[in-house]
Amino acid sequence: MATARTAPAGPASAGAATAAPAAPVALRGVGRAFTAPDGGTRDVLRGVDLDVAAGEIVAILGPSGCGKSTLLRIVAGLDHPTSGEVAIDEAPVRPYDVRCAVGFQEPRLLPWRSIEKNVALGLPRGTARRDGRAQVARLLELVGLAEFAGHRPHEVSGGMAQRASLARALARNPEVLLLDEPFGALDALTRLKMQDLLLDVHAAEPTTVLLVTHDVDEALQLADRIVLLGTDGDEPGAGIRQTVVVPGHRPRDRGSAELAELRGRLLDGLGIDRHGAARGIQATTTIPHYPY
Amino acid sequence: MTTDAAKTTDTERSGLPDGSVGSAFAAPVAVGGRPVAAADATGPVGVDARPSGDEERPAAASVIRRGGPGRDRRALTSRRWFRIVGGALIPLALLAAWQVVSTSGAVPVSQLPSPEMVWLAAVDLAERGLLGLYVAISTQRVFIGFAFGALFGLLAGAVVGLSRLGDVLFSPTLGAVRAVPSLAWVPLLILWFGIGEDSKVILISIGAFFPVYTIVAASLRHVDRRLLEAGRAFGLRGATLFATVQLPAVVPSVIAALRLALAQAWLFLVAAELIASSMGLGFLLSDSGNTGRIDRIFLAIILLAVLGKLSDALVGLLERWAVRRWA
Repeated sequence: MATARTAPAGPASAGAATAAPAAPVALRGVGRAFTAPDGGTRDVLRGVDLDVAAGEIVAILGPSGCGKSTLLRIVAGLDHPTSGEVAIDEAPVRPYDVRCAVGFQEPRLLPWRSIEKNVALGLPRGTARRDGRAQVARLLELVGLAEFAGHRPHEVSGGMAQRASLARALARNPEVLLLDEPFGALDALTRLKMQDLLLDVHAAEPTTVLLVTHDVDEALQLADRIVLLGTDGDEPGAGIRQTVVVPGHRPRDRGSAELAELRGRLLDGLGIDRHGAARGIQATTTIPHYPY
Repeated sequence: MTTDAAKTTDTERSGLPDGSVGSAFAAPVAVGGRPVAAADATGPVGVDARPSGDEERPAAASVIRRGGPGRDRRALTSRRWFRIVGGALIPLALLAAWQVVSTSGAVPVSQLPSPEMVWLAAVDLAERGLLGLYVAISTQRVFIGFAFGALFGLLAGAVVGLSRLGDVLFSPTLGAVRAVPSLAWVPLLILWFGIGEDSKVILISIGAFFPVYTIVAASLRHVDRRLLEAGRAFGLRGATLFATVQLPAVVPSVIAALRLALAQAWLFLVAAELIASSMGLGFLLSDSGNTGRIDRIFLAIILLAVLGKLSDALVGLLERWAVRRWA
């Protein structure tokens, strides 16, 4: 409906097939407090400083409830910080910022629209009808859903719906792609496939990606850098505890020894005891030592 | 507990009109797999051996219902001819019982006219050209009143459901107006609008307004927030957000509301026509009551039932289409 309008062509619609340039993201002292039911305030985030380079993939890792999603929503302009500021390409983020696209934890597709029409929802306002159709077809091809273009969301599997959701986010031609545990609800095997798909997509459209996850392996597989979010002792509000540059180039070997060591460190950071580590056993390779 | 479960499935199974159909459904499954066959055999005898009977029963029952592959799997109760025949059974039985009771002389004809007398009353009215006129004028009143009531109900429901301010301003007042019984409006409407068509149509509009308003406001308020947020995140706002997310999401409930409103319109029709009218089914009812024509009273009641059911079935068709399309 809205896409049918022929609004004056903005910069976004100039070339529907070419990806928008990736943009750097800068967070300066971002904090968010929510009003508690008793009338007081509860700090969720405190003083988050982060710079994400254009085209970089940064994973935000943290235990559940630590404010990862809140941080992502702030960057997307779905929520506002109570302190600090977020800028994309040095311009502050506005509510529902057009430069961002969000992939939610659930597919959030409109059940009465076909997959194709759902993906088209992501197209920037004022995209010409033909350009839009070509763009949607290309994205469906990219996420392997070309054959399912006419299906309704309830007629495809959860993994397919999530792929459609990713295609919808990409249709927006985002300078920054924000993914909120996009594969969290999928089964383990589908999740691995989706991770590879995301890497393919990023290779085809190298936008800046901020990925929230609680899965250490997923972060290691996908990210250039991993930011560990968490609280420091008794202080309320989560901040960045640790930043890890993931070595090697993607796609990474899921079983490499280097990653296994890093994985252990990150799990430590999440407060998970490395099995055996406490007993002085070095878990540096993926082939587990006996006794585990 | 377990015996209860056994009882319900027993009645379910005997609920099928034909025992042989039930066993025919079960047969291929029983051949296909031993465990299912065993579950099927779990009648009242086998129940004691299975302490967790009530959890496993429904699953087993559904397997039996579905039947084996290659068969027509639609249950008897969802087939078209069975629904039509089954739905007609009770009215036909009632008609037969009515005939028997009225001709046996157990009840005087002044209390219970025979079906034939009601039929003759209908023929008599039709010959005078009144039956068609009454049905037509009543139907017209219902549809005009329904159209206005539903339209305003949609508008008010949209305002209250979409805007917090609208909710704060209007919902207490509309809630109070809704609480006024239908008959209470009659004297006021007659004073204001006279005894012509206006007062009747307005009363029917009031009747049709509230179901639509209430349901539309509530369902707009409860549109999935996550879908709304997704819509906003992809740049939808205001009218486009409404047209893309909110309106399609509430289409099935809007149609359910229209169905309810139509039923309500028929109720209010009688209230409108019972007082101060010279035509219509409500007039037929009150006039026949005054003149003691019990055959015509029966006729009016039957006509109201049939017309109400027919118009409801029309909206029902629309509803089925909408649920397929939008849900």
